[in-house]
Parts: sequence; structure tokens; C-alpha cells
Amino acid sequence: MSEMTRPAMLRFPKLFRRVDPAVATAFACIVLLLIFGSLNEPNFLSPDYLLQQLKVASFLGVIATGMMIVILLGQIDLSVPWCVAMGGMMACAAAAFGPVGEALAIPFGIFCGMLIGLVNGVGVAYLRIPSMIITLATNAVAQGLMVVYTGGFSPQDSATAAMRIIATGELIPGVPNAVIIWAIIGAGAVFLLTRTTFGRAVYAIGNRERAAYLSGVDTRRIVLIAFAISGALSAFGGVLLAGYASKAAQSMGDTYLLPSIAAVVLGGTSILGGRGSYLGTIAGVILITLLQSILSVMQMPEAGRQVIYGIVIIGMLLLYGRSPASR
Amino acid sequence: MEAESEGRTGLLFRMEGISKRYGGVRALENADLPVTAGRIHAILGENGAGKSTLIKVMAGVVAPDEGRMLMDGREVRFSSPADANAAGIACIFQELSLIPDLSVADNIAISDPPRRFGLIDRRAQRRIAEEALARAGASDIHPRTLVKDLPLSRRQMVEIAKALARNPRILILDEATSALTATDVTKVFSVLKRLRAEGLALLYISHRMHEIAELADECTVFRNGRKVATYQAGTRTDTEVIEMMIGREYSNVFPPKPARAATAETPPLELKKLGWTGRLRDISLTVGRGEVVGLGGLDGQGQRELLLALFGVLRGCTGEVLVDGKPVSISSPAAARKRGVGMALIPEDRKTEGLMLPMTVRENLSFAVLDRISRAGIIDHAEENRLIDEMVKLLAIKTAGVDIPVGALSGGNQQKVVIAKWLMRQPRIILLNDPTRGIDVGTKQELYQLLRRLADAGASILFYSTDYDELIGCCDRVLVLYDGRVVRTLEGDGITEHALIASALNIDGPTSKGEAA
Amino acid sequence: MKEWRYLIAEQRSTLLAIGIFALMFFIYLVNHPAIEGNGFTATAVSNVSQTAANKAVLLAFVAMAQTLVVITAGIDLSVGMIFILTNCLASWLVVGTPLETAFGVVVVLGVGLLCGALNGLIVIVGRLQPIVATIATGSIYFGLALMLRPYPGGSVNEDLADALTGRLFGFIPSSLVALAVVVLVIWVPFSRSLLGRTAYASGSSEAAAYMSGVPIGKAKFLAYTLAGLLASIGGLFLTFFTYTGEAALASGNAYTLFSIAAVVLGGVSLFGGKGSAIGAIFGALAFRTIGDLLFVFDFDPLWQPLFQGVVLLVAVSLGAFALFRVRNRLEWFQ
Repeated sequence: MSEMTRPAMLRFPKLFRRVDPAVATAFACIVLLLIFGSLNEPNFLSPDYLLQQLKVASFLGVIATGMMIVILLGQIDLSVPWCVAMGGMMACAAAAFGPVGEALAIPFGIFCGMLIGLVNGVGVAYLRIPSMIITLATNAVAQGLMVVYTGGFSPQDSATAAMRIIATGELIPGVPNAVIIWAIIGAGAVFLLTRTTFGRAVYAIGNRERAAYLSGVDTRRIVLIAFAISGALSAFGGVLLAGYASKAAQSMGDTYLLPSIAAVVLGGTSILGGRGSYLGTIAGVILITLLQSILSVMQMPEAGRQVIYGIVIIGMLLLYGRSPASR
Repeated sequence: MEAESEGRTGLLFRMEGISKRYGGVRALENADLPVTAGRIHAILGENGAGKSTLIKVMAGVVAPDEGRMLMDGREVRFSSPADANAAGIACIFQELSLIPDLSVADNIAISDPPRRFGLIDRRAQRRIAEEALARAGASDIHPRTLVKDLPLSRRQMVEIAKALARNPRILILDEATSALTATDVTKVFSVLKRLRAEGLALLYISHRMHEIAELADECTVFRNGRKVATYQAGTRTDTEVIEMMIGREYSNVFPPKPARAATAETPPLELKKLGWTGRLRDISLTVGRGEVVGLGGLDGQGQRELLLALFGVLRGCTGEVLVDGKPVSISSPAAARKRGVGMALIPEDRKTEGLMLPMTVRENLSFAVLDRISRAGIIDHAEENRLIDEMVKLLAIKTAGVDIPVGALSGGNQQKVVIAKWLMRQPRIILLNDPTRGIDVGTKQELYQLLRRLADAGASILFYSTDYDELIGCCDRVLVLYDGRVVRTLEGDGITEHALIASALNIDGPTSKGEAA
Repeated sequence: MKEWRYLIAEQRSTLLAIGIFALMFFIYLVNHPAIEGNGFTATAVSNVSQTAANKAVLLAFVAMAQTLVVITAGIDLSVGMIFILTNCLASWLVVGTPLETAFGVVVVLGVGLLCGALNGLIVIVGRLQPIVATIATGSIYFGLALMLRPYPGGSVNEDLADALTGRLFGFIPSSLVALAVVVLVIWVPFSRSLLGRTAYASGSSEAAAYMSGVPIGKAKFLAYTLAGLLASIGGLFLTFFTYTGEAALASGNAYTLFSIAAVVLGGVSLFGGKGSAIGAIFGALAFRTIGDLLFVFDFDPLWQPLFQGVVLLVAVSLGAFALFRVRNRLEWFQ
């Protein structure tokens, strides 16, 4: 590589330089879904409808961002459901405490999710508990806390004006705020993963934590931070969802665990860690959202949606998500 | 080549024209090998010469691209290790094939446990295990112990017992003695000789010339995936054999050592009575500025642990480590690489400890130095590129660009990346854990030159190698370890193969003062 | 070491799970209102055990299913959904004359077997990671359950249900007997067969297992398939207890998650190769008892999820104490 070409190459983010076949396939599937959708419903390709889809996708997008970072480490975060619910509920709860509470509602909701993430991180990084178990346990604890807090009824507090604005408003006419938020968080994630030492360490740990540790990187701290980010982003997703629906609900996070994992994996990120790009996660999120939307446009009953959803995920993974043969 | 005469009645197995490629790399090319019953056949060759591939083909682990194998004159094909087992070929691999969470008896009987009504008969299995252990000369191992609870040398004995339990006609031992203690080696040898007398054919792969001299009836030398020659044991001198292995005159491989004068300056690295859980005992040593100090001895005598202890990986070390005369406490590699200490460790296994194979050359090269080329956690890409360019040139790393996965490079170039990654930090104390394993001769030579250059530039180098020639050729001093202690220090012209082997086996007892206790 | 020491060392995690369960159950018993009032009479104990057993046996079946897969170093996140699917199916089929009922049971178990086999095929032949693959198949199974029972309903052969949820000889909870029979018929032969041994071996070290020439693919396939079967036995019993079928997403997810918790409490390593279904069964029983403890201490039932969560968190953290014995920090990364 000559000195002349390198600066030119650097101007392109790493994202575009090497397009992963998995990411390309995911985008191809999006195009196919769009075509298929427009055959069923002419309005499918209208800008309004697509923007609406993007808005719905942005909630999943925020949550999947945290999940992706954790999956890149070769771990998994199963505490997403109640991190989401906790974020939404706690933000709404804070809103009940006058103007100060109202002002701190969003950060407080995120903070609560981050705490769960920190417990996950300590468990995985310092106590070496498999992430699948510790995040399962913290999910149960978060659920228990929320059940005790709400007394088993759906919470009465409603979302603050700020929460509603970021979730449903349009600061730039025509562009929903939620989409802007996702764009900001996405840009932050791309920067974090490609330009910082933290990002390099995340990929390195996902590939071979032993080698990363022997290179003198404090791998445990990185893992801790990654889980904290995931918890915080899940909670932020919950805050957005609460703003969208004007209030939090007990089971609002349940429908986000599997789609967030599926979105990340369909975007070409290896579930074993160390490989994947944010571009892929964007594709995965849009793919999942479109799929769900098409199934509802087709007025497919919930049962059929679940079946098709599962079959499509398996089909796509068989297309490009297989591990190499052993021999 | 008298050993190849077809007429021998004992000819059991024969490989003809076997070739195997991995991607673009030719691992084995048109290899022939006769295997005779009642003989021990040694396979010699450097790392990467094709020995391992040869064994894997024979054991059914990999399928050859070309060629055929004959057993009792009939052509055989193995599509899995189970096929090879069924044909009577048992293999003791370098990487152990034992299941850590199963008991010794379970492991010995794993491929075909005795069954009654379809269920495993534990009593019969235990009997088989006890017999096999006895046959391997390891009846002290309890069949119910879990394999993961056994030390490495005992596991190796179980591995041998496991192979014997299959009543093989051909037994392949791939570096089977590398983890064994001297007593075990003696035992294994007598077992092998008995098996030979019983009419088994044995294939023996080892780097240890003296072992081969003691055991082998005939030898085959491989180089670069091709067979060089097969000869009767004792018909070639060691020098001739080594020349066959490396393919040229056995000289000028190592750079000259500069004369060293005794200095009074504080050594950059000093250890006082370092100990760790009985695996390291009272190790005291110094490494001077510009000095290359070797660690010798049989494999597994604490050399690796010593390097890991220095690098802050081991917990609960006793004794003192001094850097520039000042005591330091190093509790992690992160602490070891700090400016005040300036240590670097080239780890033992580049694939799992040195590199992130799927990541790019760039990402691997700059990984250890990221803290120095970043501000507030943001990487300075221009600086990164500059450093990487410099290193790629300095070490002549052969790569089609720095943005390809490091796993696509050859073994030697991968190892260069591991070393380069640490040189970027300009370390003052360099620890090397068997760095030339599995790399080609050319790269080895470059590494020897590099080590000497680094030492001349003022680095202090502690160098563990399983290859005696390297220790002789590279080191100013060699400390020989036995059972976690330094039993002898060899210096200058005193570093000879004979001295190394004698002290490695601890035959003449500890001689260096202070360390015998 | 003496022989018995080896025996204890081999069964340590199972014994620990039994110990935890025994302790919890004892605390539960002595504080149970029915016993506090009447003393330790056989009838009272039997009454309390029957209720407790019926609840716990469901999780025990699902935990057994999870164990088989976890031993191979895989995970089955669809067990809860197979459990729900077979429940819904049973609420249609396990009715009518004895012959019809028997046919229904066979079909239900067959469907469980098929679901497990599909998981196995996708993971082994399709080479997908078990965690993602079973999430997706779980979605399919739940969708099918929802098709069968859009609304809770259906019925079951009540004679059979009562027989299997009542008491044998007026004393022993028959659901426990059924559990024991399943252990004897499925787990014991599996764990002592060549394929079972192979499942352990491939979970402990797949490379070493391959080198040893054991049938890894077959063993894994069997493990996933039997897991489906065991989950369907659980689904069958759920129908016997509730007399209805219900496609409850929350319940399916909870059973999947609790099965992992039970497996961990029962000393089965999630990294594979270690543990037994017996341990997992006692893990499940202990987990259920812990949940019920609050009930006997007259706590607000609202605290139950939190209490279960905290117990789970503490239980999984206890294993971390082994870390303090690790002298070589590289062992963290295995």
C-alpha cells in the first residue's frame, strides 16, 4: 500500500471497506421483504409507512446495540426484558416526584438499568460466572424488585413530557425523534467499536480473551463496562417505549429479548464473539422489524407470526450463519 | 535403503504417494512410509516438516488429497479416527485426546467400552483399565480418578494405556515423552521395548536425538513435507541426520555471541528465591543488560511457570522480583508492561495466547501498544499506521497488506507478528516462551539474529526453548531447571549438548551452589 | 484414596443438590400450617408432599431435558416451548376411551421427540449455534401451541390425570413415582450407554472426543431428541394437573429459564461434560421449595419473585469461590 492511497482509504469507515457477505445477505433480504411487502400492500413502500417502520425499529435498535457489544465479547445478556421494564418503570416513577423528578426521569431510568448491567459485569468478569446464568439471575431479581414496587398491578405513573417527545415527537419535521436517537446511539457505537481502544479490546476479548489478557489489557474492566453499557441501553430502550406508550407496563420488555439477539445474529455478528459490524446490526434490526410488520400487515394471527418468524430466522442463519465444518 | 525392501515378511502397513495440502500450504508431498511389525521406526524432522500431518493421515484424523495406504497389502481408507482404530492403528497425540471430565477408566475404554445388555459394564471396564495401566507401567494411577485431576505427566501415561487397551498392531507416539518426567521416560521406554518384542509396529516421533538413538531400529527423515531418507538406526551420525533435517550445512545458523565482560552494574532483572505452589522452588537469577539467558531442562520442569510468574500471571508467588534493583510487585500483564517495568512476554502458543487469529494484522500488531497511541481512548490512526509500517519493515513480515486476518499468514510470520506487537512497546525485559515452535528454519534464523540485535541494543532477554541447539546457539548463559529448581548454570563454552542433557536429566546432581536444598 | 471417597467425589454435586433440597424441604415442612397444626403425622406429611411434588415434578422433567443438552455443552432454549406445545396438544388428544387416551399420549410424546430431533438436526447438521437455533425453534413451537389453543381450554382424561397426580398406596405422591420411572427408563440407560458417555465426552472436550473416535453427532442428536421427549412428558403432566391446555408465553419462558437455574443448582456445568439429571431433578425440587418457603412464612406473595431471584443470584455466585483457589490466572479464560 503506497503512502498516497492510505489517507484516502481512511476516509471510509471500516464498515464499508470490507462488506461482510453476511451483512450483504441481510440487506438483500431487506430488499426482498420490501418487494414482498409491497405486493401484499401497495402502501408498503410509501415514505410515511417506511418512516413509521424505522421509528418502531429504533426502539429495538437501541436495545440491540447493547446486546451487540455483549455478544461481540462472546457473552449474552438475558437480563434485557426486565432491564427494559425497569428503565421504563423507574423513569415513570421518578416523574411522580415533582419537577426535579421529572427532569431526572430519563437519566434515572437509564441509571437503574446500568446498575443491573454492572452486577452482570461483575459476575461475568470478576466472578467468572457464565453470562447466561448471571444475567438470568439478575433478570429475576429485577423482575422481583419491580413486582414488589408495583404491588403486582400495572404501574400508574405516566411518562414525562420529555420521554414522550423523544419517543414520539419530530424535532426535524418528517423525521421521528426516536430515529434520531437511534442514529446518535448508532454513530456512538460505530465510533466506540472502530476508533477506540475499548472497541479493539471488545473484539479481541471476543476472539481470544487469553491473548488479550496476556497483551496487558485489563480484560475484566472491559467486560464490566460492556455489560454496564448493555444494561443502560436496554433501560434507555425501556424509557423510549414508556414514552411511546405514555406509560410503563410489566411485560414491556419480554418481546425484546429474542428479537434483539436475532437482530444481532442476523446482522452477521458471531454469537461466539469477536466478529461483526454495527452495519450488520442495523440491517438485522430493520430486517426483524420489517418481518414483524409484514406479518401484521398480512393480518397473520400471532400464532402464524411466531412460526414464520422462527422459520425465517433459521432459514437465514442456515444461509450464512453456519459454523465451519470440523474436518 | 535396505529397510524398504518389499520382501520382508513383517511389512504391516505402507503409505504410498500421500499428499496433503491445507489451503495453499503443502503439508505433505508424495510421502512413502513402510511400517514393519516388531520394529520401532523413528520419524525425524523439524517442526512443520510434515510429521504431524503424516500421523494424522495414518490415524484417520485428516483425509489425504492423494496417494493410498495399504494394510497387510490391502488398500485401506480411513474416514475417521474410529476407522483407523478398527484397523489396528492407535495413536498417542501430542495434543492429548483425553476427556478431562471423565475418569481414567472411562477414558481408557472410551471408544469401545465393554457392554452388557447395551449398557456399559463398569466392572469389566475397570478390569480393562487396570490391565492397560499395568501394561503401560502406570498401575499407580487409580482408574476412578478424573483425568483433569492428574498432572500432565500422569495424563500422558493414561494416554499410552488408552492406546494399548485397543490392542493395536501399530502404535504411533507423537512427542509422547515431551511431558514426562525422567522416571516416566525410563518406564515408557521399557514398555515400548516390550511391545516391540510382542510384535507391535511402533512409530516414534521425537525431537530428542538421544531417545531415538536408544530406541529406534530404523529412521525416516522428513523435510518440508517430503521424505528425505529412510535408514537403519546407527548408520548415520547425528550431524548427518541434522543436516538431512535442515537441508543444509549445520552451521552459521546462529549469530556470533559478543564477548561479555563481568560488570558491576545493577542487572535490569533479578529474582530472589521465587517460589510458586511447589512448581517453582527458590529460583534466584539475574539477567544483565544485553544478556540472553536461556532456560533449559526437560520440558515441564517449571520453565513456563517461571516466565508466567514474572509476567504477573501466577498468583501466590513467594520471593522477590527486582527490576533495576528495585523490588516490584507485578500482579497482571498490564502491570508487567508498564513503563517502569517494561516487560514483554512472547507466549507459548501463538494461536491461543499471542494472537487473535481472525483479526487483522494491523489490529494484532498495535494491540499491545494502543494505550500509547491513543488519547482519551481514541486511537490515533496515523500514528498506528506509522508504527505498523515500521515494524512490518523491521521484521520483514511477509503479508499481503495489514488488513488481512493474521490467521492467513504462515506460522513464521504469525510469530513475527507476536514479537513485533511487543517490540512496539520497546520493552527492556523480554521473556520468550519457546518462540520457535512450529516455524520454518528461515524465520528461525531471522529470530536468532533479532534476539541478538535486541540484546545488543540493551534488552535483557530470558529465553526458554525446548530445542537444545537454540539454547547452545543463542544464549550467553543457560539455567537448567529440574523439578522447579535451577539445578545448574552453564556459561559460555560450557553450554554444550552433553552438559545440557546431563543436567536436564539431573544425572550429575545439582552443582550450582545455593540452589540445592 | 478409598473407593467410597471416589464415589463421593464423583457424586459430589448431586449430593450437594440433594442436601440443599432436603434442608429446604425440612424447613418447609416444619413450618407448613398443615403440619404445625397436626404435628408430623403421616397423612399431613403426605398431603403436603403431594402438593409440593406435583408442582415441582413439572420443573424436574424440564430440568432433566435441559440437562441432557447441557451435558453436550449445548443449550436448549426451546424446552419451555416444547413443554407448552405438548400441553396444548395433550388437551386435545389425551381424552376419551382408554385406547384413545393411550393413542393421545403416544402422539404427544412423539411430537416432543420430533421437536427435540428437529433441534438436534439444526444444531448438528445445520451447524447453527444451539442458543440461537433453539430460540428460533422455540418461537415455532410456541406458534404451533398458539394455533392449537388460541384460548385456554380443552380437557384431559380425568381418570388418568387423577391417578398420576394422586397418591400411590394412599401415601406416596404418584407424580414422584412417575418421575422415578422416567429416570429409570430414560436417564439411567442413557447415562450408561456408549452414546451417553459420548455426550459427556463431547461436552467436556469435543476435540479430544473426536480424536477418540466416538460418535459425537449421534450422541448429540440423541441428547436433543430425548430432551424433547422429556419436555413433552412434562407437558403431559402439566395437562394432568391443570386439566386444560394454555399457550402461555410467560409460562414457557419461565420454564426454560427455571430449567437452566435448576440445572445449575443441581451441579450440572453449563460448559458441558459434568453433572447428572439426578442432580438437576433435585435442583428443580430445591428451586421450587425455595419459592414456596415464603408462602409458609406468611410473607406477601409479592416478594416471591424477588426472593427466588436473590436466591438464584447467591447460588450462582457461590461457585465463584473456587476462583480463589486458582493460582494461574490463565485458568480464568478456559
